[in-house]
Amino acid sequence: MKDLSRREVLALGSTAAAAALFINPLTAHAETDLAKDLMKKFTGGKAATAGKIKLEMPEIAENGNTVPLSFTVESPMTKKDYVKRVIIIAGGNPRPEVATFNFSHLSGVAKASSRMRLAKTQNVIAVAELSDGSFHMAKTEVKVTIGGCGG
Amino acid sequence: MKGTAKIKALSALFAVTMLSATSITYMQTVKAEDGLKDDGLPNGISKVMVKPATNDGPLDEIFSGWHFRSKETKNLQKDDFENPGYLWVEQGEELWATKDGSEGKSCKSCHNDAAKTMKGVGAEMPKWNAKLKRPLTLEQRINTCRTESMGAKEWKWESSQMLSMTAFVRNLSRGMPMNVQADGPMKPWVEKGKKIYYTRVGQLNMSCSNCHEDNYGKYIRADHLSQGQSNGFPTYRLKWQKLGSLHRRFKGCMKNIRATPYKPGSDEFVALEIYLSQRGKGLEIETPAVRN
Amino acid sequence: MAKSKPRVKAPKKASKGDIVTIKTLISHIMETGLRKNKKTGKIIPRRIINKFQAKFEGTEIFSVDLDPAISANPFFQFSMKAEKSGEFEFIWTDDNGEVYSKKSKLTVS
Repeated sequence: MKDLSRREVLALGSTAAAAALFINPLTAHAETDLAKDLMKKFTGGKAATAGKIKLEMPEIAENGNTVPLSFTVESPMTKKDYVKRVIIIAGGNPRPEVATFNFSHLSGVAKASSRMRLAKTQNVIAVAELSDGSFHMAKTEVKVTIGGCGG
Repeated sequence: MKGTAKIKALSALFAVTMLSATSITYMQTVKAEDGLKDDGLPNGISKVMVKPATNDGPLDEIFSGWHFRSKETKNLQKDDFENPGYLWVEQGEELWATKDGSEGKSCKSCHNDAAKTMKGVGAEMPKWNAKLKRPLTLEQRINTCRTESMGAKEWKWESSQMLSMTAFVRNLSRGMPMNVQADGPMKPWVEKGKKIYYTRVGQLNMSCSNCHEDNYGKYIRADHLSQGQSNGFPTYRLKWQKLGSLHRRFKGCMKNIRATPYKPGSDEFVALEIYLSQRGKGLEIETPAVRN
Repeated sequence: MAKSKPRVKAPKKASKGDIVTIKTLISHIMETGLRKNKKTGKIIPRRIINKFQAKFEGTEIFSVDLDPAISANPFFQFSMKAEKSGEFEFIWTDDNGEVYSKKSKLTVS
Protein backbone atom coordinates (compact mmCIF):
# COMPACT_ATOMS: atom_id res chain seq x y z
CA MET A 1 0.00 0.00 0.00
CA LYS A 2 2.78 2.33 0.90
CA ASP A 3 4.43 1.80 -2.47
CA LEU A 4 1.27 2.72 -4.26
CA SER A 5 0.94 5.95 -2.36
CA ARG A 6 4.53 6.85 -3.10
CA ARG A 7 3.94 6.40 -6.77
CA GLU A 8 0.90 8.57 -6.58
CA VAL A 9 3.04 11.29 -5.08
CA LEU A 10 5.48 11.07 -7.90
CA ALA A 11 2.71 11.18 -10.41
CA LEU A 12 1.86 14.55 -8.93
CA GLY A 13 5.35 15.86 -9.48
CA SER A 14 6.05 14.90 -13.05
CA THR A 15 5.05 12.10 -15.31
CA ALA A 16 8.66 11.69 -16.34
CA ALA A 17 9.71 10.94 -12.79
CA ALA A 18 6.88 8.50 -12.35
CA ALA A 19 7.73 6.78 -15.61
CA ALA A 20 11.33 6.41 -14.51
CA LEU A 21 10.13 4.15 -11.73
CA PHE A 22 9.22 1.53 -14.27
CA ILE A 23 12.39 1.79 -16.31
CA ASN A 24 15.42 -0.26 -15.43
CA PRO A 25 17.43 2.02 -13.14
CA LEU A 26 20.59 1.08 -15.06
CA THR A 27 19.33 2.94 -18.07
CA ALA A 28 17.29 5.65 -16.42
CA HIS A 29 20.04 8.22 -16.09
CA ALA A 30 23.16 8.84 -18.09
CA GLU A 31 26.28 9.16 -15.97
CA THR A 32 27.58 12.63 -15.36
CA ASP A 33 31.08 13.58 -16.43
CA LEU A 34 32.00 14.01 -12.78
CA ALA A 35 31.01 10.41 -12.07
CA LYS A 36 32.80 9.09 -15.17
CA ASP A 37 36.02 10.93 -14.34
CA LEU A 38 36.06 9.72 -10.77
CA MET A 39 35.40 6.14 -11.85
CA LYS A 40 38.23 6.30 -14.36
CA LYS A 41 40.54 7.61 -11.65
CA PHE A 42 39.53 4.75 -9.35
CA THR A 43 39.92 1.96 -11.90
CA GLY A 44 42.95 3.45 -13.65
CA GLY A 45 40.97 3.40 -16.89
CA LYS A 46 40.01 -0.27 -16.64
CA ALA A 47 36.44 -1.26 -17.36
CA ALA A 48 34.23 -2.25 -14.45
CA THR A 49 31.80 -5.08 -15.11
CA ALA A 50 28.29 -5.02 -13.73
CA GLY A 51 27.60 -7.54 -10.99
CA LYS A 52 29.27 -9.22 -8.01
CA ILE A 53 28.43 -6.15 -5.97
CA LYS A 54 25.00 -5.32 -4.65
CA LEU A 55 24.15 -1.77 -3.62
CA GLU A 56 21.08 -1.20 -1.50
CA MET A 57 19.54 2.24 -1.15
CA PRO A 58 15.98 3.47 -0.79
CA GLU A 59 14.05 4.01 -4.00
CA ILE A 60 12.86 7.31 -2.57
CA ALA A 61 14.73 9.25 0.10
CA GLU A 62 12.55 11.26 2.48
CA ASN A 63 15.40 13.72 2.87
CA GLY A 64 18.62 13.96 0.90
CA ASN A 65 20.67 14.80 3.98
CA THR A 66 20.62 11.30 5.42
CA VAL A 67 20.20 8.49 2.93
CA PRO A 68 21.09 4.99 4.13
CA LEU A 69 23.33 2.90 1.92
CA SER A 70 24.67 -0.61 2.22
CA PHE A 71 26.56 -2.85 -0.12
CA THR A 72 27.79 -6.45 -0.30
CA VAL A 73 30.45 -7.85 -2.61
CA GLU A 74 30.57 -11.57 -3.36
CA SER A 75 33.99 -12.76 -2.25
CA PRO A 76 35.47 -15.59 -0.19
CA MET A 77 37.55 -12.92 1.63
CA THR A 78 40.65 -15.06 1.97
CA LYS A 79 44.26 -13.86 1.92
CA LYS A 80 44.46 -14.69 -1.76
CA ASP A 81 41.05 -13.62 -2.91
CA TYR A 82 39.46 -10.62 -1.28
CA VAL A 83 37.87 -7.25 -1.90
CA LYS A 84 40.38 -4.43 -1.56
CA ARG A 85 38.18 -1.38 -1.65
CA VAL A 86 34.80 -0.05 -2.67
CA ILE A 87 34.18 3.50 -3.80
CA ILE A 88 30.78 5.17 -3.64
CA ILE A 89 30.11 7.79 -6.31
CA ALA A 90 27.25 10.29 -6.51
CA GLY A 91 27.62 12.06 -9.85
CA GLY A 92 24.69 14.37 -9.25
CA ASN A 93 26.26 15.93 -6.17
CA PRO A 94 28.41 19.08 -6.44
CA ARG A 95 31.32 16.75 -5.72
CA PRO A 96 30.92 13.12 -6.77
CA GLU A 97 33.08 11.38 -4.19
CA VAL A 98 31.21 9.99 -1.17
CA ALA A 99 33.60 7.56 0.50
CA THR A 100 36.05 4.75 -0.11
CA PHE A 101 35.73 1.65 2.05
CA ASN A 102 38.94 -0.35 2.51
CA PHE A 103 38.67 -4.03 3.36
CA SER A 104 41.13 -6.77 4.19
CA HIS A 105 40.78 -10.54 4.39
CA LEU A 106 40.25 -10.01 8.13
CA SER A 107 36.94 -8.30 7.37
CA GLY A 108 35.34 -11.74 6.91
CA VAL A 109 32.74 -10.39 4.51
CA ALA A 110 32.89 -7.42 2.15
CA LYS A 111 29.82 -5.74 3.49
CA ALA A 112 29.28 -2.29 4.98
CA SER A 113 26.59 0.29 5.68
CA SER A 114 26.61 4.04 6.14
CA ARG A 115 24.52 7.16 5.50
CA MET A 116 25.11 9.70 2.77
CA ARG A 117 23.99 13.04 1.35
CA LEU A 118 22.31 13.38 -2.02
CA ALA A 119 21.77 16.82 -3.50
CA LYS A 120 19.09 15.62 -5.94
CA THR A 121 17.61 12.59 -7.67
CA GLN A 122 20.47 10.67 -9.29
CA ASN A 123 22.29 7.40 -9.78
CA VAL A 124 24.58 6.24 -7.03
CA ILE A 125 27.42 4.00 -8.17
CA ALA A 126 29.48 1.54 -6.18
CA VAL A 127 32.69 0.17 -7.70
CA ALA A 128 34.64 -2.64 -6.05
CA GLU A 129 38.30 -3.41 -6.63
CA LEU A 130 39.19 -7.06 -6.04
CA SER A 131 42.59 -8.44 -5.11
CA ASP A 132 42.95 -9.93 -8.61
CA GLY A 133 42.82 -6.42 -10.07
CA SER A 134 39.31 -6.68 -11.49
CA PHE A 135 36.61 -4.05 -11.01
CA HIS A 136 32.90 -4.61 -10.52
CA MET A 137 30.10 -2.14 -10.26
CA ALA A 138 26.51 -1.62 -9.24
CA LYS A 139 24.23 1.30 -9.77
CA THR A 140 20.96 2.38 -8.27
CA GLU A 141 18.73 5.36 -8.74
CA VAL A 142 17.56 7.24 -5.67
CA LYS A 143 14.83 9.81 -5.92
CA VAL A 144 15.25 12.70 -3.56
CA THR A 145 11.94 14.27 -2.74
CA ILE A 146 11.47 17.94 -2.16
CA GLY A 147 8.89 18.16 0.53
CA GLY A 148 6.47 20.96 1.19
CA CYS A 149 7.54 21.24 4.78
CA GLY A 150 11.15 22.33 5.00
CA GLY A 151 10.74 23.74 8.47
CA MET B 1 12.11 43.03 -9.17
CA LYS B 2 15.37 41.57 -8.00
CA GLY B 3 16.18 37.99 -8.89
CA THR B 4 15.85 36.49 -5.42
CA ALA B 5 12.73 38.49 -4.61
CA LYS B 6 11.19 37.26 -7.83
CA ILE B 7 12.01 33.66 -7.03
CA LYS B 8 10.57 34.06 -3.56
CA ALA B 9 7.38 35.55 -4.92
CA LEU B 10 7.10 32.81 -7.50
CA SER B 11 7.69 30.05 -5.00
CA ALA B 12 5.08 31.60 -2.71
CA LEU B 13 2.65 31.57 -5.58
CA PHE B 14 3.58 27.98 -6.36
CA ALA B 15 3.05 27.03 -2.72
CA VAL B 16 -0.36 28.67 -2.72
CA THR B 17 -1.30 26.74 -5.83
CA MET B 18 -0.05 23.50 -4.36
CA LEU B 19 -1.95 24.10 -1.17
CA SER B 20 -5.20 24.92 -2.85
CA ALA B 21 -8.11 22.60 -2.30
CA THR B 22 -7.88 21.05 -5.77
CA SER B 23 -4.36 19.76 -5.39
CA ILE B 24 -5.12 18.35 -1.99
CA THR B 25 -8.06 16.36 -3.34
CA TYR B 26 -5.82 14.82 -5.98
CA MET B 27 -3.47 13.60 -3.34
CA GLN B 28 -3.57 10.09 -2.09
CA THR B 29 -4.98 9.69 1.37
CA VAL B 30 -3.43 7.03 3.52
CA LYS B 31 -5.56 6.28 6.51
CA ALA B 32 -5.14 3.72 9.20
CA GLU B 33 -6.83 0.92 7.31
CA ASP B 34 -4.43 1.02 4.39
CA GLY B 35 -0.96 1.60 5.59
CA LEU B 36 -0.59 3.62 8.73
CA LYS B 37 -1.05 0.67 11.02
CA ASP B 38 2.11 -1.20 11.73
CA ASP B 39 3.64 -2.89 14.70
CA GLY B 40 5.19 0.27 16.02
CA LEU B 41 8.62 0.29 17.51
CA PRO B 42 10.31 -2.96 18.51
CA ASN B 43 9.75 -2.21 22.18
CA GLY B 44 6.01 -2.02 21.55
CA ILE B 45 5.87 1.76 21.63
CA SER B 46 3.55 3.65 19.31
CA LYS B 47 1.41 0.91 17.94
CA VAL B 48 -1.55 2.63 16.44
CA MET B 49 -4.11 3.44 19.06
CA VAL B 50 -7.66 4.51 19.39
CA LYS B 51 -8.07 7.66 21.34
CA PRO B 52 -8.21 7.05 25.07
CA ALA B 53 -11.29 8.21 26.96
CA THR B 54 -9.24 10.82 28.77
CA ASN B 55 -8.46 12.58 25.50
CA ASP B 56 -11.27 14.90 24.49
CA GLY B 57 -9.57 16.29 21.38
CA PRO B 58 -11.24 16.34 17.96
CA LEU B 59 -9.40 13.37 16.41
CA ASP B 60 -10.93 9.89 16.40
CA GLU B 61 -7.61 8.17 16.29
CA ILE B 62 -4.30 9.58 17.34
CA PHE B 63 -1.09 8.62 15.58
CA SER B 64 2.49 9.23 16.45
CA GLY B 65 4.45 10.85 13.63
CA TRP B 66 6.27 7.50 13.46
CA HIS B 67 3.47 6.04 11.35
CA PHE B 68 3.85 8.64 8.61
CA ARG B 69 7.53 8.03 7.92
CA SER B 70 9.24 5.85 5.34
CA LYS B 71 10.69 2.44 6.09
CA GLU B 72 14.22 3.86 5.99
CA THR B 73 13.47 6.68 8.42
CA LYS B 74 11.73 4.23 10.75
CA ASN B 75 14.78 1.96 10.63
CA LEU B 76 16.91 4.80 11.97
CA GLN B 77 14.71 4.92 15.05
CA LYS B 78 14.13 1.21 15.49
CA ASP B 79 17.59 0.49 16.77
CA ASP B 80 18.68 2.60 19.74
CA PHE B 81 22.29 2.30 18.70
CA GLU B 82 21.71 3.45 15.14
CA ASN B 83 19.46 6.31 16.28
CA PRO B 84 21.75 9.37 16.18
CA GLY B 85 19.46 11.10 18.71
CA TYR B 86 21.10 8.99 21.39
CA LEU B 87 24.32 10.98 20.96
CA TRP B 88 22.43 13.80 22.70
CA VAL B 89 20.82 11.52 25.29
CA GLU B 90 24.28 10.29 26.24
CA GLN B 91 25.64 13.81 26.48
CA GLY B 92 22.66 14.70 28.67
CA GLU B 93 23.49 11.84 30.99
CA GLU B 94 27.01 13.23 31.36
CA LEU B 95 25.75 16.76 31.97
CA TRP B 96 23.40 15.46 34.66
CA ALA B 97 26.40 14.78 36.87
CA THR B 98 28.49 17.79 35.76
CA LYS B 99 28.81 20.58 38.33
CA ASP B 100 28.15 24.09 37.08
CA GLY B 101 27.57 27.56 38.57
CA SER B 102 28.43 29.38 41.77
CA GLU B 103 26.84 26.80 44.09
CA GLY B 104 29.05 23.98 42.88
CA LYS B 105 26.07 21.77 42.14
CA SER B 106 25.04 19.44 39.36
CA CYS B 107 21.51 18.23 38.60
CA LYS B 108 22.49 15.09 40.44
CA SER B 109 23.33 17.02 43.64
CA CYS B 110 19.60 17.62 44.22
CA HIS B 111 17.86 15.00 42.08
CA ASN B 112 20.17 12.01 42.62
CA ASP B 113 19.69 9.10 40.24
CA ALA B 114 17.79 10.45 37.25
CA ALA B 115 16.58 6.97 36.25
CA LYS B 116 14.51 6.97 39.45
CA THR B 117 13.71 10.61 40.10
CA MET B 118 13.02 11.73 36.52
CA LYS B 119 11.01 8.75 35.29
CA GLY B 120 7.63 10.06 34.19
CA VAL B 121 8.59 13.72 34.60
CA GLY B 122 8.99 14.32 30.87
CA ALA B 123 5.53 12.89 30.19
CA GLU B 124 3.88 15.56 32.38
CA MET B 125 5.65 18.62 30.99
CA PRO B 126 4.74 21.44 30.54
CA LYS B 127 3.65 21.56 34.16
CA TRP B 128 2.10 24.22 36.38
CA ASN B 129 4.60 25.89 38.69
CA ALA B 130 2.80 27.21 41.78
CA LYS B 131 5.63 29.49 42.80
CA LEU B 132 5.92 31.23 39.45
CA LYS B 133 2.16 30.99 38.82
CA ARG B 134 2.67 29.76 35.28
CA PRO B 135 3.37 26.55 33.41
CA LEU B 136 6.96 25.65 32.65
CA THR B 137 8.18 23.58 29.74
CA LEU B 138 10.98 21.12 30.43
CA GLU B 139 13.48 23.66 29.06
CA GLN B 140 12.15 26.38 31.34
CA ARG B 141 12.14 24.05 34.35
CA ILE B 142 15.78 23.14 33.71
CA ASN B 143 16.77 26.80 33.44
CA THR B 144 14.91 27.58 36.68
CA CYS B 145 17.05 24.95 38.38
CA ARG B 146 20.17 26.41 36.82
CA THR B 147 19.58 30.02 37.83
CA GLU B 148 17.94 29.45 41.22
CA SER B 149 19.60 26.37 42.65
CA MET B 150 22.91 26.10 40.83
CA GLY B 151 23.81 29.76 40.38
CA ALA B 152 24.53 28.93 36.75
CA LYS B 153 23.68 30.74 33.53
CA GLU B 154 20.58 29.78 31.60
CA TRP B 155 21.12 27.48 28.67
CA LYS B 156 19.91 28.79 25.33
CA TRP B 157 16.77 27.05 24.05
CA GLU B 158 18.38 25.34 21.07
CA SER B 159 21.85 24.89 22.58
CA SER B 160 23.50 21.52 22.48
CA GLN B 161 23.38 21.34 26.31
CA MET B 162 19.67 22.12 26.53
CA LEU B 163 18.81 19.65 23.78
CA SER B 164 20.95 17.01 25.46
CA MET B 165 19.37 17.52 28.87
CA THR B 166 15.78 17.63 27.58
CA ALA B 167 16.42 14.55 25.44
CA PHE B 168 17.95 12.72 28.40
CA VAL B 169 15.08 13.55 30.76
CA ARG B 170 12.29 12.89 28.22
CA ASN B 171 13.95 9.63 27.22
CA LEU B 172 13.56 8.42 30.79
CA SER B 173 9.79 8.53 30.20
CA ARG B 174 9.99 6.68 26.90
CA GLY B 175 7.00 4.41 26.46
CA MET B 176 4.95 6.30 29.03
CA PRO B 177 1.80 8.08 27.84
CA MET B 178 1.82 11.85 27.56
CA ASN B 179 -0.15 13.12 30.50
CA VAL B 180 -0.23 16.87 30.78
CA GLN B 181 -2.56 18.57 33.24
CA ALA B 182 -5.26 20.49 31.40
CA ASP B 183 -7.63 21.60 34.12
CA GLY B 184 -7.37 24.08 36.97
CA PRO B 185 -4.80 26.82 36.40
CA MET B 186 -3.70 25.13 33.14
CA LYS B 187 -7.09 25.64 31.54
CA PRO B 188 -6.52 29.18 30.24
CA TRP B 189 -3.23 28.00 28.70
CA VAL B 190 -4.93 25.11 26.92
CA GLU B 191 -7.51 27.57 25.60
CA LYS B 192 -4.80 29.99 24.47
CA GLY B 193 -2.99 27.16 22.69
CA LYS B 194 -6.18 25.96 21.07
CA LYS B 195 -6.86 29.44 19.73
CA ILE B 196 -3.39 29.58 18.19
CA TYR B 197 -3.87 26.10 16.72
CA TYR B 198 -7.02 27.09 14.84
CA THR B 199 -6.07 30.65 13.86
CA ARG B 200 -5.07 31.17 10.23
CA VAL B 201 -1.88 33.19 9.90
CA GLY B 202 0.78 34.14 7.36
CA GLN B 203 0.72 34.85 3.65
CA LEU B 204 -0.70 31.42 2.99
CA ASN B 205 -3.42 32.08 5.54
CA MET B 206 -3.23 28.67 7.17
CA SER B 207 -3.65 27.29 10.66
CA CYS B 208 -2.04 24.25 12.25
CA SER B 209 -5.35 22.42 11.81
CA ASN B 210 -5.40 22.86 8.02
CA CYS B 211 -2.53 20.42 7.64
CA HIS B 212 -2.52 18.35 10.80
CA GLU B 213 -6.22 17.90 11.46
CA ASP B 214 -8.01 18.37 8.14
CA ASN B 215 -5.42 16.73 5.91
CA TYR B 216 -3.19 14.39 7.88
CA GLY B 217 -2.43 11.24 5.95
CA LYS B 218 -2.39 13.18 2.68
CA TYR B 219 0.60 14.42 0.79
CA ILE B 220 1.61 18.02 0.41
CA ARG B 221 3.94 17.78 -2.56
CA ALA B 222 6.13 14.91 -1.36
CA ASP B 223 5.56 15.34 2.35
CA HIS B 224 3.28 12.93 4.13
CA LEU B 225 1.33 15.10 6.56
CA SER B 226 1.27 13.81 10.12
CA GLN B 227 -1.01 14.79 12.94
CA GLY B 228 1.76 17.05 14.20
CA GLN B 229 2.01 15.24 17.52
CA SER B 230 4.67 16.18 20.05
CA ASN B 231 5.48 12.81 21.63
CA GLY B 232 8.84 12.34 19.87
CA PHE B 233 10.51 15.63 20.80
CA PRO B 234 13.28 16.60 20.99
CA THR B 235 13.52 14.86 17.64
CA TYR B 236 16.40 14.01 15.32
CA ARG B 237 15.36 15.41 11.98
CA LEU B 238 17.13 14.26 8.85
CA LYS B 239 16.72 17.75 7.45
CA TRP B 240 18.36 19.36 10.48
CA GLN B 241 20.98 16.60 10.73
CA LYS B 242 20.73 17.05 14.46
CA LEU B 243 18.35 17.02 17.37
CA GLY B 244 15.88 19.88 17.62
CA SER B 245 13.22 21.17 19.98
CA LEU B 246 9.46 21.24 19.47
CA HIS B 247 9.55 25.02 19.38
CA ARG B 248 12.10 24.91 16.56
CA ARG B 249 9.63 22.75 14.65
CA PHE B 250 6.83 25.25 15.38
CA LYS B 251 9.03 27.98 13.98
CA GLY B 252 9.66 25.95 10.84
CA CYS B 253 5.94 25.32 10.31
CA MET B 254 5.20 29.01 10.69
CA LYS B 255 7.92 29.94 8.20
CA ASN B 256 6.45 27.41 5.74
CA ILE B 257 3.12 29.20 5.78
CA ARG B 258 5.00 32.49 5.53
CA ALA B 259 4.03 33.78 8.93
CA THR B 260 6.31 35.58 11.38
CA PRO B 261 7.16 32.88 13.91
CA TYR B 262 6.83 33.38 17.65
CA LYS B 263 10.04 32.98 19.64
CA PRO B 264 11.03 29.66 21.19
CA GLY B 265 10.00 29.83 24.85
CA SER B 266 7.38 32.53 24.19
CA ASP B 267 4.04 32.23 25.97
CA GLU B 268 2.43 31.54 22.59
CA PHE B 269 4.64 28.51 21.90
CA VAL B 270 4.35 27.31 25.50
CA ALA B 271 0.55 27.46 25.19
CA LEU B 272 0.69 25.65 21.84
CA GLU B 273 2.91 22.97 23.35
CA ILE B 274 0.43 22.49 26.20
CA TYR B 275 -2.49 22.26 23.79
CA LEU B 276 -0.64 19.79 21.55
CA SER B 277 0.29 17.62 24.53
CA GLN B 278 -3.39 17.64 25.40
CA ARG B 279 -4.40 16.64 21.85
CA GLY B 280 -1.89 13.81 21.97
CA LYS B 281 -2.75 12.71 25.49
CA GLY B 282 -2.15 8.99 25.74
CA LEU B 283 0.48 8.82 22.98
CA GLU B 284 3.67 7.26 24.21
CA ILE B 285 6.85 9.27 24.53
CA GLU B 286 9.36 8.27 21.82
CA THR B 287 12.17 10.74 22.56
CA PRO B 288 14.49 10.87 20.72
CA ALA B 289 12.33 10.12 17.67
CA VAL B 290 13.74 10.25 14.13
CA ARG B 291 11.75 12.18 11.55
CA ASN B 292 12.41 13.39 8.03
CA MET C 1 27.63 19.21 19.84
CA ALA C 2 30.58 20.66 21.66
CA LYS C 3 33.02 17.79 21.34
CA SER C 4 32.79 14.80 19.07
CA LYS C 5 31.76 11.70 20.93
CA PRO C 6 32.09 8.21 19.51
CA ARG C 7 29.65 5.36 20.18
CA VAL C 8 30.61 1.78 19.43
CA LYS C 9 28.61 -1.42 19.47
CA ALA C 10 30.91 -4.41 19.18
CA PRO C 11 30.38 -7.90 20.59
CA LYS C 12 32.25 -8.88 23.75
CA LYS C 13 32.22 -12.59 22.99
CA ALA C 14 32.33 -14.74 19.86
CA SER C 15 33.08 -18.29 18.74
CA LYS C 16 36.13 -18.87 16.57
CA GLY C 17 35.28 -18.34 12.93
CA ASP C 18 32.19 -16.23 13.61
CA ILE C 19 31.63 -13.16 11.48
CA VAL C 20 30.93 -10.41 14.00
CA THR C 21 29.16 -7.16 13.16
CA ILE C 22 30.37 -3.82 14.49
CA LYS C 23 28.46 -0.55 14.47
CA THR C 24 29.96 2.88 15.12
CA LEU C 25 28.54 6.37 15.33
CA ILE C 26 30.23 9.67 16.13
CA SER C 27 28.75 13.11 16.67
CA HIS C 28 30.16 15.43 14.02
CA ILE C 29 28.71 18.22 11.89
CA MET C 30 30.50 17.10 8.67
CA GLU C 31 30.69 20.65 7.32
CA THR C 32 31.00 20.28 3.55
CA GLY C 33 32.99 23.42 2.75
CA LEU C 34 30.39 24.22 0.09
CA ARG C 35 27.93 26.14 2.25
CA LYS C 36 27.91 29.90 2.64
CA ASN C 37 27.33 31.82 5.83
CA LYS C 38 23.97 33.45 5.16
CA LYS C 39 24.95 36.71 6.88
CA THR C 40 28.49 37.26 5.64
CA GLY C 41 28.26 35.43 2.32
CA LYS C 42 31.58 33.75 3.06
CA ILE C 43 32.17 30.04 2.53
CA ILE C 44 32.06 28.08 5.78
CA PRO C 45 35.35 26.17 5.84
CA ARG C 46 35.21 22.42 5.39
CA ARG C 47 35.44 20.39 8.57
CA ILE C 48 34.76 16.69 8.35
CA ILE C 49 35.91 13.41 9.79
CA ASN C 50 38.17 12.39 6.90
CA LYS C 51 39.25 8.95 8.08
CA PHE C 52 37.80 6.13 10.10
CA GLN C 53 39.85 3.10 11.03
CA ALA C 54 38.97 -0.12 12.80
CA LYS C 55 41.91 -2.11 14.11
CA PHE C 56 42.10 -5.43 15.90
CA GLU C 57 45.25 -6.11 17.90
CA GLY C 58 46.92 -3.27 16.00
CA THR C 59 46.08 -4.56 12.51
CA GLU C 60 43.61 -2.68 10.34
CA ILE C 61 40.54 -4.76 9.55
CA PHE C 62 38.46 -2.04 7.91
CA SER C 63 38.77 1.65 7.16
CA VAL C 64 36.93 4.41 5.34
CA ASP C 65 38.19 7.51 3.56
CA LEU C 66 35.31 9.93 4.03
CA ASP C 67 34.31 12.78 1.76
CA PRO C 68 31.88 15.57 2.66
CA ALA C 69 28.96 13.61 1.18
CA ILE C 70 28.89 11.34 4.22
CA SER C 71 26.01 12.50 6.46
CA ALA C 72 26.47 14.39 9.71
CA ASN C 73 27.11 12.10 12.69
CA PRO C 74 28.79 9.42 10.54
CA PHE C 75 27.55 5.87 10.99
CA PHE C 76 29.35 2.73 9.86
CA GLN C 77 28.45 -0.92 10.06
CA PHE C 78 30.98 -3.55 9.05
CA SER C 79 32.25 -7.01 9.95
CA MET C 80 35.23 -8.98 11.15
CA LYS C 81 36.04 -12.67 11.21
CA ALA C 82 36.69 -13.60 14.85
CA GLU C 83 39.87 -15.72 14.96
CA LYS C 84 41.38 -14.89 18.35
CA SER C 85 40.72 -12.86 21.48
CA GLY C 86 41.99 -9.30 21.50
CA GLU C 87 41.21 -5.64 21.47
CA PHE C 88 39.45 -3.47 18.92
CA GLU C 89 40.51 0.09 18.44
CA PHE C 90 38.36 2.54 16.54
CA ILE C 91 39.91 5.80 15.37
CA TRP C 92 38.28 8.87 13.81
CA THR C 93 40.45 11.66 12.34
CA ASP C 94 39.08 15.19 12.11
CA ASP C 95 40.12 17.77 9.48
CA ASN C 96 41.30 19.96 12.37
CA GLY C 97 43.81 17.32 13.38
CA GLU C 98 41.91 16.01 16.38
CA VAL C 99 41.75 12.25 16.77
CA TYR C 100 38.95 10.49 18.64
CA SER C 101 39.23 6.87 19.61
CA LYS C 102 37.50 4.10 21.49
CA LYS C 103 38.56 0.60 22.47
CA SER C 104 36.61 -2.60 23.04
CA LYS C 105 37.66 -6.14 24.04
CA LEU C 106 36.59 -9.34 22.32
CA THR C 107 36.91 -12.81 23.82
CA VAL C 108 36.94 -15.65 21.29
CA SER C 109 36.28 -19.19 22.48
